[in-house]
Amino acid sequence: MISFELSEDQKLLQETVAAFAIEQIRPLARDADERGEAPESVVAKAWELGLVAGAIPESYGGFGDARSALTGAIVLEELGYGDLSIALHVLAPRLLVYPLLEHGTEDQKKRFLPAFTQAEFRAATAAVVEPSLHFDLSALTTTAIAEKNGFVLRGRKAFVPLADGSETVLVYARHADRPRSENPAEGYRAVGAFLVERGAPGLEIGPPEKNMGIKALRSHELTLSDVRVGAECRLGGDRGIDFARLMNCSRVALGALAVGVARAAFDYARDYAKERRAFGVAIAQKQAIAFMLAEMAIEIDATRLLVWKAAWKLDRGEDATREAYLAKHYAANMALKVTDNAVQVLGGHGYIRDHLVELWLRNARGFASFEGMAIV
Amino acid sequence: MIDFELSEAAQNLQAMVHGAAEAFMRPVSRQFDEEEHTIPWDFIDFMWQATQGSDANLAGKKPTKEDGPAPERNLQLAVSIEELSWGDAGLYLSMAGPGLGGAAVAAAGTPEQKARFLSRFRSGKPKWAAMAITEPGCGSDSSAIQTTAVRDGDHWVLNGTKIFCTAGHKALLESEGFVVVWATVDKSAGRVGIKAFIVEHGTPGISVAKLEHKLGIRASDTAMLILEDCRVPLDNILGSPEITRTSEGFKGVMATFDATRPAVAASAIGIGRATIEFLRETLQKEGIPIRYGIPASKLAAVERDFMEMETLLEAARLLTWRAAWMMDRGIPNNLEASMAKAKAGLAVTQITQKAVEILGPLGYSRSLLVEKWMRDAKINDIFEGTQQINMLIVARRIFGYSSRELS
Repeated sequence: MISFELSEDQKLLQETVAAFAIEQIRPLARDADERGEAPESVVAKAWELGLVAGAIPESYGGFGDARSALTGAIVLEELGYGDLSIALHVLAPRLLVYPLLEHGTEDQKKRFLPAFTQAEFRAATAAVVEPSLHFDLSALTTTAIAEKNGFVLRGRKAFVPLADGSETVLVYARHADRPRSENPAEGYRAVGAFLVERGAPGLEIGPPEKNMGIKALRSHELTLSDVRVGAECRLGGDRGIDFARLMNCSRVALGALAVGVARAAFDYARDYAKERRAFGVAIAQKQAIAFMLAEMAIEIDATRLLVWKAAWKLDRGEDATREAYLAKHYAANMALKVTDNAVQVLGGHGYIRDHLVELWLRNARGFASFEGMAIV
Repeated sequence: MIDFELSEAAQNLQAMVHGAAEAFMRPVSRQFDEEEHTIPWDFIDFMWQATQGSDANLAGKKPTKEDGPAPERNLQLAVSIEELSWGDAGLYLSMAGPGLGGAAVAAAGTPEQKARFLSRFRSGKPKWAAMAITEPGCGSDSSAIQTTAVRDGDHWVLNGTKIFCTAGHKALLESEGFVVVWATVDKSAGRVGIKAFIVEHGTPGISVAKLEHKLGIRASDTAMLILEDCRVPLDNILGSPEITRTSEGFKGVMATFDATRPAVAASAIGIGRATIEFLRETLQKEGIPIRYGIPASKLAAVERDFMEMETLLEAARLLTWRAAWMMDRGIPNNLEASMAKAKAGLAVTQITQKAVEILGPLGYSRSLLVEKWMRDAKINDIFEGTQQINMLIVARRIFGYSSRELS
């Protein structure tokens, strides 16, 4: 029956991560953005929270927590509230771990999972996005050609977090032998994921990307020039993966992060508006400003519910494509609008890098392009 | 635990009401839109019979012990109103029942008043309870009400003019109903002087001056009422007699809106859903696909518009269900109710206006119901707190401001 109440466990988790985000992450956001990287200290502390090891079963050395897209959304909103770049950095290993948990063969799980249950942060990542304005999840241009004992991977990827520090990159590619189709669902079904080791011949990791936002996240382009991998590197073996479902998890994750970023901007602008005085009153007492903030509040709440509904469907094992796709689009637009309005509320001060609102705007615009973050 | 699935009881209710809406509302939808002041008695009688014996259509009413564990009164109301409005929003508003007036009694009345005024809805012939707040000179600014209530012996004497009173004429002239009239006992006291008074059918001194001709929801009669030395018993002031000395009267009735705003939002959503369903069917027939999962840049314009529309509807519904759920749990929901109403009113306006555009000449034609849905939709952005008032309420809440600090 309809309920909007979190479980006690979820409330506790939310409080814990929220406190961490506000106390440990947020104070570092500006500096990390200026320098172009997340401080190791916060990465280590986040690792200790068990954000990656949590969902790994005890038999591989993890905590054995049940995975839930909805709980993941709750956690990601709080991390996004702290700082998007740092959040993506600390969550990056999930890009490998979560698809492994979902689809890995027993061998693959045994080979790769235990390394992520150790005391120290271990980088890992996945490559989904391609550097083209035609980029289309249902029509990836990175291909996997089957050969005698494995596959040959060819293509270019972008937005690959921590590539230059990860032992393993999970590369998503379209099986070349599948026929092309107008039907997007067919396009998703044609995608496989491949465990590629750093140093593999033909794998070139580009220099750190220079983006408008997420500057503290070291991300890279990858070029795959006939990278050969054995059959055992195909995630899920012959069964392969459910790329559509993974991308729905990604949509939920990105939607949740977007809500976090937007909420950060809203809180900041709201508090600023109550302090800043003009024409004899706080600017919050002027309708033009008040209505902007009211709309921001409504849109944040609406987006969160849309994201949660998609997550809830995922957790029930239902096809959540429609809900997740629509929620992610809505979230990307909402985050842009909210952060843009936040800059506007701060006026000239919003334009200066003394305040975080301009950073949040730069980060928020990215959600229109971010894909492939299957981290819930 | 977060859960977006309706309970079995709610689903059954939804199916039942949907069936009634499809069978009894849609077929006569156009007719009662064209024949503006004809009362749809067949429909009214049918729905009255169907809802007898339940408080199902009473918004607000704080859950009591008899309601049992986790009551879903307001949520189920939202579900059923969505179905009825999917059928025809004007016909829905023409239905007999406690309505807004009854909700005010439920929110602010004494136990004796609740018994005296609400029990009539459980039996006999159809009755209406209307709410009369708006005046020619004041709508949103309800603290500027000019209708007066002066104590004279055992009575209150009411004088003034009320407009835009839904079902006012049916409440007073077509049934053994009543109208809840907001009047001031002390003009100089502003908000604090405003109280609600129950004027029963047949009371001399209250008359229906006219019925409005409207853009939409034409099946719902909207009355102008004139009160001229209208005498009501002393104990017809809503709430305890002490209420004249405090601001409780105004606040109490305003609290009604925390319950009725989700209900109005639900009505908007029903109209929006009717529109989206029709558009989806039409696009399908025309071979225009809606492809979830392809990049936004590859979407056809119509696809993109449609997706925006359906997302707006879902967002509005989730906010509405949240507000209703909070009401059912006894959690103060002033902020959330206004969020829901603001979003839903705007969403349905945007959805229906865009649908007429997309459907071109067909959308514009009275041979389809889509143009009617656009006309019906617009009122949801206006009544029961305009878009702007609801945004003000949201703003006050997010800042922690009083109405004096932010107006």
